[in-house]
Amino acid sequence: MQTTETFYYDNKIVRAFGIATVVFGIVGMLAGLWAAIQIYYPQISLGLAATTFGRLRPLHTNAIIFAFVGNATFAGVYYSLQRLCKTRMWSDKLSWINFWGWQLIIAAAAITLLAGFTTGKEYAELEWPIDIAIALIWVVFGVNMFGTILVRREKHLYVAIWFYIATFVTVALLHIVNSFEIPVSFMKSYSWYAGVQDALVQWWYGHNAVAFFLTTPVLGLMYYFLPKAANRPVYSYRLSIIHFWALIFIYIWAGPHHLLYTSLPDWAQSLGVVFSVMLIAPSWGGMLNGLFTLRGAWDKVREDPVLKFMVVAITCYGMATFEGPLLSLKSVNAISHFTDWTIAHVHIGGLGWNGFMAFAIMYYLVPKMWGTSLYSTKLANNHFWLGTVGIVIYAIPMYWAGFEQSLMWKSFTPEGQLKYQFIETVNSIMPLYILRSIGGALYLTGALIMVYNLAKTIGKGVFIPEEEAHAAPLLKEESHAREYWHRVIERKPLTMLVLSLIVVAVGGAIEFIPTFLVKSNIPTIASVKPYTPLELQGRDIYVREGCYTCHSQMVRPFRDEVARYGEYSKAGEFVYDHPFQWGSKRTGPDLAREGGKYPDSWHYNHMYDPRSMSPGSIMPQYTWLLDNALDTSSTPGKIRAMQTLGVPYPQGYDQQANKDLMDQAKGIQKKLKADKIETPANAEIIALIAYLQRIGTDIKADTAKNSLTSNP
Amino acid sequence: MKFINYITKIAGIDIYGLVSLLLFVLFFTVMLVWVLKSNKKKLAEISRIPLEQ
Repeated sequence: MQTTETFYYDNKIVRAFGIATVVFGIVGMLAGLWAAIQIYYPQISLGLAATTFGRLRPLHTNAIIFAFVGNATFAGVYYSLQRLCKTRMWSDKLSWINFWGWQLIIAAAAITLLAGFTTGKEYAELEWPIDIAIALIWVVFGVNMFGTILVRREKHLYVAIWFYIATFVTVALLHIVNSFEIPVSFMKSYSWYAGVQDALVQWWYGHNAVAFFLTTPVLGLMYYFLPKAANRPVYSYRLSIIHFWALIFIYIWAGPHHLLYTSLPDWAQSLGVVFSVMLIAPSWGGMLNGLFTLRGAWDKVREDPVLKFMVVAITCYGMATFEGPLLSLKSVNAISHFTDWTIAHVHIGGLGWNGFMAFAIMYYLVPKMWGTSLYSTKLANNHFWLGTVGIVIYAIPMYWAGFEQSLMWKSFTPEGQLKYQFIETVNSIMPLYILRSIGGALYLTGALIMVYNLAKTIGKGVFIPEEEAHAAPLLKEESHAREYWHRVIERKPLTMLVLSLIVVAVGGAIEFIPTFLVKSNIPTIASVKPYTPLELQGRDIYVREGCYTCHSQMVRPFRDEVARYGEYSKAGEFVYDHPFQWGSKRTGPDLAREGGKYPDSWHYNHMYDPRSMSPGSIMPQYTWLLDNALDTSSTPGKIRAMQTLGVPYPQGYDQQANKDLMDQAKGIQKKLKADKIETPANAEIIALIAYLQRIGTDIKADTAKNSLTSNP
Repeated sequence: MKFINYITKIAGIDIYGLVSLLLFVLFFTVMLVWVLKSNKKKLAEISRIPLEQ
């Protein structure tokens, strides 16, 4: 006969992560709303470098992904894992290192992103010291999770735990591979990869960050909290097994669909499309499994706010995962890419799936952990409706804007001229941008109501820091030593870890190896030369100000894009771009062929006041670039770092780079003077102008000789 | 350190497509066989784990 053991679940750590979820959720949404308003009212950036769109947007995305959803995931995992394993977390110490480490990373991220320290790679903007901290804290989380699984009192690993394991393994892999960078100084690094390769790694990461940070952990939470809230087991456990393996197998291959029609080799694009289309099967399998769990229990959905939020969350998951494969079809992507359609798509996922799931879990956890009932169901219902209506008012205008942008960009007059200037598109979708921010504000209001409701709930309950539980130990006790060994060699979770790793690594490897190792995939262009020191410094300013958040540098091979911007982009043009700056959104026009389009003085005036050069422009003013002195002490280090990465500067060039830099700067200073603009040669604006005038000019140099040494 | 152009040509690039397809079919066959052969009662038992506490 087995003896039952008494033990205690740690609710304190769940409370801590829960509070962090709510706080950073509000902060992240506020940053998003602020950035959204800047689009139609640029002055609200306050004219400060730290709060311009280019720096606020990375803050918004990082805060929502890693602080809001990240903390919600930790809260949910720490709560459910203990209960699914019938044991306390393996190490309280590691739990708290995980908590405080993660919050410190978030604080460091907020400060450094606003201060302009960025790698310039979307959703991976944090600089190398923070990257290292993330890796370490993530390992702490993993060790604690595996420790807990190994000492569990429940023989079987419930499917939610599989999702947690896959999340841990894959996020570690993605983060490490994408973060290879050469430190130049304490807060500055260059991506190890360049151009096409950097883009491939980045979007393999970006796509799978959505998959394994915003989807798999949340699906794990769904498989735990939905049955709990509905008080019935999941519809089909078999389906959940298929859902799991199919999802993690297929997801990892789909990254290249972010790079359709770009300079990425065609075969890699096609591979990405095929797997993206297949993704619909496991995704919808999961959605249906969630919704069918409620069959015969829809009366509960009417009363329980937790279930209400979950139903909309799962429905949004279904919509977003139907839309995703659709967007990955080349013909659809030709319309949607670089437009606000993408923004609508990610917010169905972000606001609907992630946000509503996090809210549902909060509404479930707080009454449970404080041993009481929710303060007001009515307020929770108000939150639900504000949130739902907010999503609709956010998404529909953005879909509309996406179509409008695409239609206007691609319109030609009967004479064969482009029908609209870029700025006309911007101005015509302005009302839609306003509507979008109203939708966001409604959603945020709902979240604030939740904060009030949860605070009131906490006020009327008493927190249960240690929840008593009883369960029999996993194995029959024979001798102490043997039991110990049995537990240690309990291989199942480790098998799961290894299998998940193999499954995700295979997809990544097959995509990467050819692009990385085969020369003919990146045709070299003889006239493409490394950046001059001044251009390099200017490029770093471009990265620092987050220009890539609104401007792409990728002319796709379409008639309208070639007519509007110039010759389409070639893979060989980007071989010295550490990091690549192709961008993913055209709030402003593409800059891939910007070099030589306007005189230096145009850029100077445009940075000082964009509306003076381009009436109706919504670009922020960059007045500080005119005042800031360029830090040339970093030049030699930057040149050396580039040499390490294989950029062919001559030996010992780091020592004479600053001389060349000043010569070029004085040249620009002189040209500005001719246009009656007085500026010191060491102003940051000079470096930026040098870079902008260089972009895309290498292959213009001699069109006749345009020496493509590659296959066509 | 340079991570480009280690080899100039790759023989039989089509093998990558083939390997992808094979992996995919094998993986899903094994998974489906495993799922369909697994004991229904056991699965029902496992699916009730969250409801036990």
